Amino acid sequence: MKTSAGLLLLILLLAIVGPWLSPNEYQATNFDAILQAPGTAGMHWFGTDDLGRDLFVRTLLGIRITLLVAVVASLVSLIIGVSYGAIAGYVGGRVDAVMMRFVDTLYALPFIFFVILLMVAFERNFLLIFVAIGAINWLDMARIVRGQTLSLREREFVDAARLTGVSSMRIIFRHIAPNLLGIVAVYVTLTIPQAILVESFLSFLGLGVQEPQTSLGALVDAGVNQMEGAAWMLLIPAALLALILLSFNFLGDALRDFFDARQSQ
Amino acid sequence: MLRYTLLRVLGAIPTLLLVVVLAFLMVHAAPGGPFDDERVLPVDVAANIQAAYHLDEPLPAQFARYLSGLLHGDLGPSYRYRDYTVAELIRSGFPLSLRLGVLAMALALLVGISSGIVAALRQGSMLDRMVMFFAVTGISIPVFVVAPLLVLLFAVNLQWLPAGWSGASGAAKYILPVITLALPQIAYIARLTRASMIDVLGTDFIRTARAQGLGTKVIIRVHAFKPAIMPVLSYLGPAIAAILTGSVVVEEVFGIPGLGQFFVRGALNRDYTLVLGIVIFYATLIIALNLAVDLLYGVIDPRVRQR
Amino acid sequence: MSLLEVKHLNIRYNDVAVVNGVSFKVSRGESVGIVGESGSGKSQTALSLLGLLPGNAKLTGSIIFDGEELANKSNKKLDRVRGRRIGIVFQDPMQALNPYLRIGQQLRLVLLQHELANNKDADAKVIAMLQRVGLPDPERQFRAYPHELSGGMRQRVMIASALICEPDLLIADEPTTALDVTVQAQILDLLEELRDDTALLLITHDLGIVAGRCERLLVLEAGKLIESGATTSVFSSPENPHTRKLLAAALRTDRGEIQEPNNGKTVLGVEGASVSFRNAAKDQLVAVADVSLSLRKGETLAIVGESGSGKSSLVRALLGLIPMRAGRAVYAGEALEGPVQSRAASQRRDLQLVFQDPVSALNPSLRVSAIVGEPLLVHQAKLSRAGRSERVIAILKKVGLDESYLRRYPHQLSGGQAQRVAIARALILEPKILICDEAVNALDGTVRQQVLELLKNVQRESGLSIIFISHDLAVVRSISHRVAVMYLGRLVEIADTAKLFSKPSHPYTKALLDASPVPDPRVAPVRAPLRGETPSPLTPPSGCAFHPRCAFAANICVEKKPALRDADGSRVACHRVDEIDLRISMPGVKTTASPGR
Repeated sequence: MKTSAGLLLLILLLAIVGPWLSPNEYQATNFDAILQAPGTAGMHWFGTDDLGRDLFVRTLLGIRITLLVAVVASLVSLIIGVSYGAIAGYVGGRVDAVMMRFVDTLYALPFIFFVILLMVAFERNFLLIFVAIGAINWLDMARIVRGQTLSLREREFVDAARLTGVSSMRIIFRHIAPNLLGIVAVYVTLTIPQAILVESFLSFLGLGVQEPQTSLGALVDAGVNQMEGAAWMLLIPAALLALILLSFNFLGDALRDFFDARQSQ
Repeated sequence: MLRYTLLRVLGAIPTLLLVVVLAFLMVHAAPGGPFDDERVLPVDVAANIQAAYHLDEPLPAQFARYLSGLLHGDLGPSYRYRDYTVAELIRSGFPLSLRLGVLAMALALLVGISSGIVAALRQGSMLDRMVMFFAVTGISIPVFVVAPLLVLLFAVNLQWLPAGWSGASGAAKYILPVITLALPQIAYIARLTRASMIDVLGTDFIRTARAQGLGTKVIIRVHAFKPAIMPVLSYLGPAIAAILTGSVVVEEVFGIPGLGQFFVRGALNRDYTLVLGIVIFYATLIIALNLAVDLLYGVIDPRVRQR
Repeated sequence: MSLLEVKHLNIRYNDVAVVNGVSFKVSRGESVGIVGESGSGKSQTALSLLGLLPGNAKLTGSIIFDGEELANKSNKKLDRVRGRRIGIVFQDPMQALNPYLRIGQQLRLVLLQHELANNKDADAKVIAMLQRVGLPDPERQFRAYPHELSGGMRQRVMIASALICEPDLLIADEPTTALDVTVQAQILDLLEELRDDTALLLITHDLGIVAGRCERLLVLEAGKLIESGATTSVFSSPENPHTRKLLAAALRTDRGEIQEPNNGKTVLGVEGASVSFRNAAKDQLVAVADVSLSLRKGETLAIVGESGSGKSSLVRALLGLIPMRAGRAVYAGEALEGPVQSRAASQRRDLQLVFQDPVSALNPSLRVSAIVGEPLLVHQAKLSRAGRSERVIAILKKVGLDESYLRRYPHQLSGGQAQRVAIARALILEPKILICDEAVNALDGTVRQQVLELLKNVQRESGLSIIFISHDLAVVRSISHRVAVMYLGRLVEIADTAKLFSKPSHPYTKALLDASPVPDPRVAPVRAPLRGETPSPLTPPSGCAFHPRCAFAANICVEKKPALRDADGSRVACHRVDEIDLRISMPGVKTTASPGR
């Protein structure tokens, strides 16, 4: 858990300050240094691509954009998912049934294809990526929060609070919300890698971030085209992407185990 | 059971309708038409094209036309492959995608469930930890990273297997695409099976079975297997969707002329009718398979059956 | 040679010893009881005999069964003994049977495993066994799934699976704790009837169960064997002080101090209360039908009944947690109506509830001080922080907890402490009526005794009126002034405690009393006074709901619902109350072949 968290912090830090460490610009092409292998020449530590652009800076920029999209998308899904799930779970009854039926319906849809459709129709709008990814991921969050809220609401301490006349607002914020925190934290951690996956998937297909901007998915895509001659173009972004995803998943799992253990006490 | 089946089948209809409406609206609410970005056409030519694709009609009329076509299996003409209808393109691409998907799914279930069970039985052992590490890795690393890496290793460097599709012959060309497609699902199913098998092995009824002296084999096979694979069963729907998604990448990387490749090409070329048609086709497929899974649930769990 | 000899048994988890140096013997055909409170290690001991402890348990010592060492042996070796030579019955028959497999299949597997039958005759043998344990229509039940059976029937199946190989030893681990008292009596009878010369090791927290049914007793406390001997001598002359405490805390239905009737004025009146629900399938379920009663100032009114009697639904409707479909309730001259949120603040202050499960009733993320102080925030918002804390400390003291508990979280409390905190929260507003819903049910005998004393003291000091819901007649006897008995949503009898326990007027009341085990080996063990189980409230019987199980039922009972009327100092709902004489026991009832629900 500490390893994953530390690694993520390190990568984040690098993504923020990294581009200043290198004299190269992310969009500057240099046709004298095309497909240069990683090394110190020209300070191209990760080498260059087929347009002679510095891959170190581009990779860090890619991480930056990938993380940005993922975090914003997770926030979107957090806000929608928690409010939707909490309302369904707390109100219960028919409202809950209708709301969850709606979620079930959306669940049955192959969302990623809709996102692609959206991308096609709306011309690869960068903002749209956030919204689209958030719109996919809120479903899980809503289900989990709803289930937890429902079971908390059935718990007798909520009845006890109602009996003494504690207001609904106070019940939600004092008796239900604090008991949801753990599980929400876990699922946010697990939502981020999912959002990264979707973003990089779209970028890989050429439907996400557009040149000269880049993301890890777009870099992998570029790397695939050059992999027979310039394997580093594929291996470096692929390894970083995998590392980030792995770290988030390990962190999420560790958090879940931690909260599970605490709950069963 | 009949009531349950009927309810489920009826419940799928509004979902389908929602899919069609949503997809249709998305395409038609988009700014600009499909031919906007081409060279400037003379006004009368543009109007002719508009009329040929019925783009001059009001939206509800277009939708009604589309829906009635849909009911007859007609998804309209493709904007870019001008000599083909969307239905023809789907018919030509889908069988290959289907074959890949079925193979990958079968592999994922077989390997995923068995390794999950083995890991659960040896909880905490070295083997278990290895399976779990592989599982998290498999879930974390996207298909579009795995696919080129496998190609790089097995096709480019070791040259054991063909890298591409065209030119390669026999079953060998299936190996890499199917494995790539199955890997994340193997990982997920292994994890799911392990967790659920551990839960089941901790239940009172398994303790009862152990107290009755039934050996481990009988306990796993007769008592634990069914309840333990229930979560896998409910994951089948998402798994199918994930394999469809993955096939888009795999077909792209391996150059397989399946439906996924049409889809990506369509998306990149802004071939509206093709993308719309494939989305609706995929959605219908997924909804139908989800329905089948739901019904399967009822067959296995006696408590569901009686509803 | 003993059938079973356990020597220096130790069970540890990490560094915590849950069983510590326990040694005992069981001879062939003997019946031995293991008693103890929660955490005494009795169930761990039972599980260890068959090697069923979880993987992280460390076991030392020796378990010799019929000359063979069982401790720390491989599954393969143990499987020859498990089920074949030693059968076991677990507590919760709902959980202990596989919901995915048909009953017949689960029993068949046992026979085939131990090669006591082949594919051809296994089914017939299973059906014969189901017949023996009293399953009606065993050919049909053979194909049933566990969820299709009632709790009592499931436990019969469990017993069938434990005895089908005719083992030498039967271990029964709290076999009746999850069952209603009238069903408990049936199951205990069945165990005794069927086991022949199979030795019995009966594990329970209930001294009443072992008193009449075991020849010898082992008393465990905190993992140690503190007393053992013939049942009669352990009861009559216990040596260990903890045994004496256990015995003193064992309440009984036939003797002990009774609260004098209280003639305070009525504080709460209920007339014609009805509650109904719709289940998932939209069927109407009448949980409470036409119940009228009153509560006097300073009085404890007990409401007793088995599962499905509607006792909890009744008070939940009074409190406004669920809607009352018909009837009315009046408190202090004003109607109690509508959901609790819409009720007057004074009503919310004056009526409080204590729940059965203190763990669920306390918010795990709040400290004791916040839990107990919360009602003050609502009702006395002007109170300063210091004033509030003073009140919290005072009320905690009243329930027997000192200031050191203020900063604890619920998971840092024992069951008894948690229930005290819940009571403190209910009492801090100085309510006039306290409703206890099975409030001592989850507590060990000794702790239960303390909580009951606490409630009595509070009542004496403040004139609190209490509605005490329980299924345990011995507890009811010790705390209540009056008792109301409910069956399938209806009130069948209401009377002063002394009258009800000495001369019950309704056949169901009488049956409940007869079925309650008495922790005294000199009292003959109860024989099941009733056949069958409470029918589902979804399909209540016609006329008097009790008639299918009543030995005195006549035609009128089938046709007409009886109304409550005065009879011999009770209010009773029975057509035949004047004709029947309940002093002689109910006509004998065979426990087998009784209809399920």
